[in-house]
Parts: sequence; structure tokens; C-alpha cells
Amino acid sequence: MAGTKTAYINARLLDPTSGLDSPGGVLTDGETITDFGPKLFNKKPPKEAEVVDCGGKCLAPGLVDMRIEIGNLAATVGAAVSGGVTSAVCLPNTDPAIDDMSVVEFVARRARKQGMAKIYPYGAVTKGLAGKELAELGLLAESGAVAFSDGVHAVADTQVMRRALSYASTFGLMIVQHPEDPSLAAGGVVTAGETATRLGLFGIPTEAEVIMVERDLRLCELTGGRLHIAHVSTGAAIEAVRRGKDRGVNVTCDTAPPYFALNETAIGDYRTFAKLSPPLRSEDDRQTVVQGLKDGTIDAIASDHTPRDEESKRLPFAQAAPGGIGLNTLLAISLELHHNGHMDLLDVLKLITSSPADLMGLKAGRLEKDGPADLVLFDPDEGWKVDADALPGKAQNSPFDGRPVQGRVLRTVIDGRTVFECGQ
Amino acid sequence: MKQDGKDNVHFPHRHLLGIEGLSPTEISILLDRSESYVDQNRRANKTTPLLHGRTIINLFFEDSTRTRTSFELAGKRLGGDLINMSVATSSVKKGETLIDTAMTLNAMHPDVLVVRHPDSGAVKLLSEKVNCAVINGGDGSHEHPTQALLDALTIRRRRGGLSGLLVAICGDITHSRVARSNIHLLNTMGARVRLIAPRTLIPSGIERMGVEVFHDMAEGLRDCDIVMMLRLQRERMDGNFLPSIREYFHFFGLDYEKLSHAKEDALIMHPGPMNRGVEIDTDVADDVGRSVIREQVEMGVAVRMAVLELLALNPEYEGKG
Repeated sequence: MAGTKTAYINARLLDPTSGLDSPGGVLTDGETITDFGPKLFNKKPPKEAEVVDCGGKCLAPGLVDMRIEIGNLAATVGAAVSGGVTSAVCLPNTDPAIDDMSVVEFVARRARKQGMAKIYPYGAVTKGLAGKELAELGLLAESGAVAFSDGVHAVADTQVMRRALSYASTFGLMIVQHPEDPSLAAGGVVTAGETATRLGLFGIPTEAEVIMVERDLRLCELTGGRLHIAHVSTGAAIEAVRRGKDRGVNVTCDTAPPYFALNETAIGDYRTFAKLSPPLRSEDDRQTVVQGLKDGTIDAIASDHTPRDEESKRLPFAQAAPGGIGLNTLLAISLELHHNGHMDLLDVLKLITSSPADLMGLKAGRLEKDGPADLVLFDPDEGWKVDADALPGKAQNSPFDGRPVQGRVLRTVIDGRTVFECGQ
Repeated sequence: MKQDGKDNVHFPHRHLLGIEGLSPTEISILLDRSESYVDQNRRANKTTPLLHGRTIINLFFEDSTRTRTSFELAGKRLGGDLINMSVATSSVKKGETLIDTAMTLNAMHPDVLVVRHPDSGAVKLLSEKVNCAVINGGDGSHEHPTQALLDALTIRRRRGGLSGLLVAICGDITHSRVARSNIHLLNTMGARVRLIAPRTLIPSGIERMGVEVFHDMAEGLRDCDIVMMLRLQRERMDGNFLPSIREYFHFFGLDYEKLSHAKEDALIMHPGPMNRGVEIDTDVADDVGRSVIREQVEMGVAVRMAVLELLALNPEYEGKG
């Protein structure tokens, strides 16, 4: 593809890193951005360049999703590009688990073969994700693992977590924790409280989250490690992270769209698509998540894309598998923060582009000369209704099924190639 | 060469429990005395009757072949009567056993007890209950003074002194008594000490012992005169402190690539026994130009002869056993 120039003209350029929000254009050559800016095509796009007229719509860096489950790889990368996601980091709870160098290389190679969204792997913190023995963090990182997590399981043993943080810091690596005390959460399927009680479902107290977060903050201070808390969803946990940051702990956190856009009432009449982990919370907690995003306590938004087949969802609520897909709706649901007046458009974009890219150490998420030509063209205002059955990808377990949203991805460009166009 | 231990030089302590607290002069007395035994050990007749009639007991509460043999040879070459006692520690209450054993042995009027024990501080406790001189042959993760002395003697003979040298100690610092004794000795004698290990093997607060801590071999070994590798116990390898042997060797095992960051003529040391392919590459360990690992073993006997002699014949305490 080298030597193939494309001129994106007549766009509203958005780049959260530089604060750019103005009409302009982008010129790409092969896999990289060669120039961009408000006055780029004042004269004319270069003759040899292919011209894409953006029609005044928003042109931004491709979205970066720092946490997905990979499921069916082809379906997942398809869902990613339809959602404007050009880079994603997949959890290690694959089969086999990503706890060995060969698996890291296998995942990377297979993803590259698809030629779609760029997939980077998390490495396992412990062998077999069993929470007992440290995995080869140093070698996994050398093979390409960008951060470390035991996936949907918390590293529960305090001594193991301490050693993990300590050992990882030898190499400057980040440990990502699923914040839920497993013994408090055992058997629970929803958040404990009135909803759980009325439905007769066994509840997980919200304290299960903050207990794990507070413990890990202490361990992070003890070891001088680098901690990231995945999908925070309760006010208490966010407050704990806020206080941790204030006293200088090397901690960051993210949340996922369900936790600022939905509350536990979405479970309604035992809708298993709304069975998530962590479980949906109360309206009060949802509002504190929004507040945490506004004040910067929460550093990023990840889709938590978790494809589940019909068999694992069409079950009594307690038996159904937790998790929902999210790649297709990451942009639209995140834009609700803008449309509802909570945040500026650029601030929302930052949470799904440069911020997660920086956390994961990826060269992505910003418009820059000689940077990768990973772009998303979208209309922030166009309305549509989420129809789980019609979403690209194999799995249909969207917790947002039926929801009217605003913000449509029109085109996704990866390494200078258009890999998705709306309506095509 | 001194044929008589009762000359002007004497060591002003009853016991040798550790390096911590010894002055540069006291360490030099021990090293100078050791030096004189190196030649004796290379002669055909290696024995002198200095400790004739004295009783030395090797009291080992922990398995050891090298240190015990080294002390045994040292005692025999000085003409002393030496017996070995190995005591299993498992079944009974350790504190009681230790003191009971000490009292029993004390009643036999030994002149020197060489003690190794898996618990830090146990040798000092025992020394308080007996009337003879006690040499610490290694207590838990605390001290192993004769190892540090033999390391120092090896370096001194190769480099002419210790002052100003840059020494890297690499490996399991957390569990190492060798590292602690060496840190004390090298700092006391004016060398600079660096520690290199993954964070899980660096105990907290160690910077306060006057060392610089590194987590990267290339960085830590830069310009070092001496590279001391430590033995890594297999039980640290099962995912508790470290993920695997291959990962440890990849990042912290001493091979020629990592060694290239040290000074060109840097000496390689190891207290033994080595895990080849774990903390040290076989070629590096056997490099006759660089590795002084076998010389360390030789110096060990000389150092232990000096320590036995100076403690057993200490004029301040003689005859008070």
C-alpha cells in the first residue's frame, strides 16, 4: 500500500491530544498520516491522491478499546471496525489462556492475518489464570503482551497480588485488576439490594468492589507497583481511587458504557443480556460513575466487549453467562455523555482514543504526522436504534438492545485502508 | 609466616557472630592472618600443631557439605580435635532443642563451636549459653561471616585491596545471608555495593544498608569490578517469587552478553553450589580468565583456619572455657 495517497477533505477534525476541533483535512500516504490541519487543502489536494469527501462530518483518530474478549476472532474484528475501533486489547482468558509466549505470538499473528482492527493481548498475571503462581510476565511482555490481567477473575490472594505488583514493577509493567472480592461475590448474580430482593436473585454487595480496590491500593503503595482497576462501577470504589490518586498512588482506572448508561433496572424481567460482571448497579452509583468521568478520576472507557452465544444467555438468569457485547456501541453510548451535557465532545473522545492508548502504551489514538493512519469518520448526531440482531458480528448479546442512540460510524480506516464504510 | 598464634596480633572478640559491627582493622586482622594460611595449604605438609589439644565441634542444624567440610579441614590442619554434629530440627520445639543442645555440649568443654542454624539469630542465642568461642557458620537469612571473609580475601589477592571497588551482588537478596555479610564487609572496607535482582527478591529498606538497588542487569553491572552471583533456591522458582527458571535466566542469569556491561576484567564470584543455567551460564562459570569460583573455595579453608586460631587462642579468654 506504500505510496498510495489519500486526501480526506471537508472534515471536522477532532484530536483530543492537541485539542484540535476545526474544519480541515488529513493526508495519508500508505500506512501513515503525512499531514493534517485546518489549512491543509487550502490550495488543492495533491493530484495523485485519492480524495475522500467527508461531507463536514467528524474525522478523528480511530478508537482504542482497552478491554475486549476475543471470542470468534473474525467476528470480533468485524464488530470492532463497524464501531470505529481500530485498536483493541484482548483479555487473556482465551483457550488456551495467554500465559505463554507462544500464545501471545499466536494471537498477534492471527489478528494480523485478518488485516482489520489491530489486536493486542493482555498477558496473564498467573499461570492458567489460577491466581496462584506468577506467569512469565517479563517474557510475555517481550513477546508483545501490553499489560497483565487475570481477565474476568480477580487476583484474589493478597500475597500473590503483592508479588505480582512487585515483580511486574521490575520491568515497569502494569497489573490490571478485576475489582471484586470473590468470596463476597460467590453465588451472586446481581447487585445486592431492593432489585435483587424483589427478583429473588442472590446479590453481591457493592462493598465487594471497594474492598478489593482498597486492598490493591495498599499493595500498590507497598510494592511501588503500577495498578489499573478495570471497570469501576461503584461510588465507593471511585472515591477510593480518587483518594489514592490524591496521595500519589500509581493507579488508574476505567469504566465501561453499561456503568454510566444503565442501572440495575435494565435487568427488568430477568433480561440476561443485562447480566454483566461487575453487575449493573443502582442509579446512585451510575451517577457517581458519570461524575468520575467528568472529574477525571476515571481515566478511560473500555467496551468490555464479551461475546456470548445464544445458548449461554437463553437460560434462567442465575445460570446465564455474564457479559455483553460493546464494540459496536462504544462510540454512540460514550457520546451520550456529550449529548446529555456532561462533557465536551473532545473530552469524551479522549476517553476512547488517546487515554486508553497511553495506558496500554500503544502508538494509537491521536492524529500525528508519521503516526499510523488509523481514523474514524462519524456523524455525532445521527440517530439510530440499537438492534442486537442487526449488529455486525456473530454475538448479539447487547445490553443496549432496543436503545435509541445518537452517533454513527461512517467509515473506519486502518493503516490507510478503508476497512468499513456505513451502508456498504 | 607465623608459626605461633600467640604473638602480638589478636582479635578482640570472643565470638565471630557476624561482620556487622567489625571495624576495618578487625577485618584486616582476620584477612591478614588468613593470607598466611594460603601458602601453608599449598604445601605438601599442611598441618601445624597450633590447636593441639583443643576441641572444635561443628554443630550443624541445617544441611551443609561445603562449609562443614571447609571448617573440618581447617580444624584438622591446625591439629585440633574436631567432631561433627548434625542435628535434625524438625520434630521438637526448636528453642528448647537449641538451648538444651548448647548446655549439653558446653558440659563437654569444647574450645570452639561452629554453628549453622536455619533461624536468623539462633547462633547468637546459643553463644549466650556456652562458655566457649562460637563461630557463626550461617544463621538463617542473617549472616555468614566466613563466606564474606573468604570473598574479601579472594578479591584482595586479585585486586590488591577492597577500597574503591564497585561490587555487584546479583540474585536472591531477600533470602541471602551471604549478601548481608558481604554488604557489611564491603561497605566497611570502602567498596561500593550494588544489588541487582527482580523486585520480589529485594527486601524492603535495604537501601538503608548502604547499597544501590538495580532491577536491570545491563544497568547494574555497568563498570563493576566484581560480579557476585548468589545461588537461587529452587523453591523460589515455583511462581511465588519468580515465574520460571527460563524467565529468571533470560533477565538475571549471568551470561557473556550481560557480563559485557561490567569492566572488561571484572571477576566473577559465586558462593556455591551453582545452578548452572539458572543464575549463571556454564561457560561464564568455567571461564578460567574471569571466574574465581574455585579460588573462593580454596580461600575458605584459609579463612576458617585463621578464624579458628584467633578465637581458640585468644589470650583474653584463654582457659576460660
